[in-house]
Amino acid sequence: MSTAAISLHRAASRNPLAAIGVMLVALFLIFALFAPWIAPQDPAHIDLPTRLEPPSSTHWCGTDELGRDILSRLIYGARISMFVGGSVVVGSLFLGLVIGSIAGYYGGRVDRFVNIVVMNAFLSFPGILLAIAFVAFRGPGIFNLVLALSLGGWVGYARLVRAQVLTTREREFVEAARALGASDWRVIVRHILPNIIQPVIVQAAIGMAGAILAEATMSFLGLGVPPPTASWGSMLNDGRAHLFDASHLVLFPALAVMLAVLSFNFIGDALRDFLDPRSRIEAGL
Amino acid sequence: MALIEVRNLTKVFPLGESIFGGGAKGKVRAVDDVSLDIAQGETLGLVGESGSGKSTLGRLVLNLIKPSSGSVRFNGQELVSAGHSEMRRLRREMQIVFQDPFGSLDPRLRVEDIVSEPLVIHEHMSRDAQRTRVAELLRAVGLDDSVLRRFPHEFSGGQRQRIGIARALALRPKFIVADEPVSALDVSVGAQIVNLLAQLQRDFGLTYLFISHSMPVVRYLATRIAVMYRGRIVEIGSTEQITERPQHAYTRSLLEATPEIAV
Repeated sequence: MSTAAISLHRAASRNPLAAIGVMLVALFLIFALFAPWIAPQDPAHIDLPTRLEPPSSTHWCGTDELGRDILSRLIYGARISMFVGGSVVVGSLFLGLVIGSIAGYYGGRVDRFVNIVVMNAFLSFPGILLAIAFVAFRGPGIFNLVLALSLGGWVGYARLVRAQVLTTREREFVEAARALGASDWRVIVRHILPNIIQPVIVQAAIGMAGAILAEATMSFLGLGVPPPTASWGSMLNDGRAHLFDASHLVLFPALAVMLAVLSFNFIGDALRDFLDPRSRIEAGL
Repeated sequence: MALIEVRNLTKVFPLGESIFGGGAKGKVRAVDDVSLDIAQGETLGLVGESGSGKSTLGRLVLNLIKPSSGSVRFNGQELVSAGHSEMRRLRREMQIVFQDPFGSLDPRLRVEDIVSEPLVIHEHMSRDAQRTRVAELLRAVGLDDSVLRRFPHEFSGGQRQRIGIARALALRPKFIVADEPVSALDVSVGAQIVNLLAQLQRDFGLTYLFISHSMPVVRYLATRIAVMYRGRIVEIGSTEQITERPQHAYTRSLLEATPEIAV
C-alpha cells in the first residue's frame, strides 16, 4: 500500500462515519456524472404494462406508476440533487462571503444595517418559505430553483463570516498589512479570508445536506425541476398515492435523500472535529 | 524641520456604544492633546504604563487610526487629511514593528510571501528581483535563505520579530514606529533585537518612535524620551535629562519602579 493509502485507511478507521459519508458522496457523484452510462434504462421511458412492479432482477428497485425504472430515475435524480445542492451552496456561500466580509470588515453603520436589518429580516421567516414564494413568483426551472434556495441560504454563511471577520480584522497581521498600504480588497482576500475559511468549509459541508433536502422539498411540492426530469423529491410526490399498495415507490427515493443528507452531515461533523483545534485537543491529537 | 510634527493630537474612544449608534455611555481620552516633534535620525523613546495611550499614539502618528482632532505632519505633509492614494504613497516611508511576534505575521503565508508583500503592493518588480531583495532583507536582520519557504509557526519569538523587522524595512522607510518590540521576548533575545534595531538605524538612517514600558531599554536606545501618563505627555526631554533630572513626579516614580539592570 502507498503511504497515502495507509493514511487514508487510518483516517477511515479513526472515523468510520466520515468514511461512510465520503464513500456515499463519491457514489452519488459518480451516479451524477456518469448517469447515462450507469443507468440500466432510460429514466423517462414509459412502459405501462409493467407499471408498479415490485423490485425484481430486471428492475432492481421496481417500476413506478408509468412503468419507468426507479433505479434509473434514482441515478438520474442524483444529478439534480448534486447539481442543485452544489450550486446552492456555491451561490449562498458567495453571497455570504461577500456580504459577511463587508459587514464585518467595515463595521459601523454598514454592519448595523446589514446585520440588524437585512440578516434579521431574512432570518425571521424560514428559507424554504422564501424559496416557495420566489419560485411561485418567477416560475419553476432549475435556475430559479438554485436562485431561490441561495437567497434563503446565504444568511447563515454571512453571519458566520461576519463574526469571524470581526475577530480576525483586529489581529496584528491585518494591521501590519494595512500599515504596508495594502488595499481593503487585498487585506480581505489575502489575509482575512484564508484565516477564516475553515469553519466556513465545515458550514458548507453541512449546508450541502440542507440544500439537498431543500431541493427535495421543493420538487416534492412541484416547485422544482419540471417533469419528466427525474428528481428524488418529485419521485416521492409521484409515489405518494401508492404509499400502501406499492411502497417501494416512496421507499427508494426517500432512502436516497436520507443517505445523501446523512453522508454530508457525517462529512461536516468530521471536518469540524478535524479543523477545530479545541476538539482536536480533546481527541488527544 | 522635524520629520514628524504632532500637534494637539487627541483620540477619544466611545465606551459601550449602543447597537443603534450614538448614545455612547462614556468616553475615554486615550490620547489627550499631545504635541511633539521627532527629528530626522533620532530615536524618541515613549514610555508609560499599560493603558497610558502609548500604542494609540503610535498608531495615530502612522495614521492607522484617525484622530478625533489634531494634526500629524510627516516631512511637512499633513497625514490626517491626506487622500487615499496620497496615504498609500506615504505608507512606503513609514512602518511599524509590532509587540506580538506571534500575532503580527499571517500564519497562512510563507516567510517569503510575508517579507515580499510590501514589494508586491508598491513595487512592480519581477519575481526574481523580489526574491533577491527578500534574501537581502533577511540577511540584514540576521536570517539566511533557508527560512524563505517556511511558515511563521516554525520560528521562535526572536526570529519572528526579525522577520517582522525585515518586512518593515522592505520599502526602505524613513520612519519606524516600534511598538514594544521586545516586551514579548525574553531578556537576552530582547537585547539582541534592540541591538539589531540600533544597527539598522545606523545602516539605513532610520528615525524611530520607540514605544516601551521598560526604562532601561528606552534609556539604552533613545536620544530623547517622552513620558506618557493617562493620555498626556507629562515630560519630554533628552535621555540624560529625563533619567538624571526628572521633573515630573510620575517620571520619578517610573524610574524608581525600574530595577537597575545594565543592558
